[in-house]
Amino acid sequence: MSTPTQSTVELVLDTIGTVAIVLGVLLALVASVGLLSLPDVLSRMHAATKPQVVGLLLIVIGGALHLRTSPDVWMLVLVGAFQLVTAPVTAHVVGRLAHRGEGGVRRDLLYVDELTDRPDEADPGPDDQEDDDEARDEDGSPHRNGAAVGRSRRRRGDGSDGASLDSGE
Amino acid sequence: MSTLPALLDAVLVVSLVLLGLSALLVVVRLLRGPTGLDRLIALDVLVAEFLCGLVAYAALTGDSSFVPVVVAISLVGFLGSTTVARFVRRGTGR
Repeated sequence: MSTPTQSTVELVLDTIGTVAIVLGVLLALVASVGLLSLPDVLSRMHAATKPQVVGLLLIVIGGALHLRTSPDVWMLVLVGAFQLVTAPVTAHVVGRLAHRGEGGVRRDLLYVDELTDRPDEADPGPDDQEDDDEARDEDGSPHRNGAAVGRSRRRRGDGSDGASLDSGE
Repeated sequence: MSTLPALLDAVLVVSLVLLGLSALLVVVRLLRGPTGLDRLIALDVLVAEFLCGLVAYAALTGDSSFVPVVVAISLVGFLGSTTVARFVRRGTGR
């Protein structure tokens, strides 16, 4: 009596695991097509996150449901955790280098460029707003151009970070 | 009831074949990428799909001896791609 229910449970776990693996493989396939057809580095990074994070997590869950022994499940959990921790680090470094380099980013496809090096004269940014508090109190309204907010916010910290990040010149 | 495990195994084999196909597409991007960062992203995706293939193969055969290999490759792939990203030359992206 107990044996058929146990085999039924195993069959259900195998089925759920197979469905998860198939979903992850389909995500990997879609990401490969996107990696071939998208125009520049940043959009290819968008495609690349699918097998790196979501697809690998789905496949790891499917493999854990198939294997079902304790050390294997814990090692697969470890793989998922490592991937969740390390994928943003790599994406951050690659995106920063792509933005700084010449051929990495197609500027005509960007709606907002928050890391641009050219300071926008219309909006001094939050670093300079302490200096002109008097001017703003005189005319009584904050002279802030709403469309340009956040455009050149981090210009000042850019040089020091870049010096530490790019050591391979 | 005995046909369902065979069906699941066949589905896993088909998904492994699809993973190989997507890895081929990624290799095309790896060889054709105009900048070094494209090749770096393609290499990352290739490592991730290799991990996916190892886990799917372990699920297919029930052989769990590949699981420590998966842990090791996930760490080494991260170290490799971050190290290569540090040596991409500034200004050219190559």
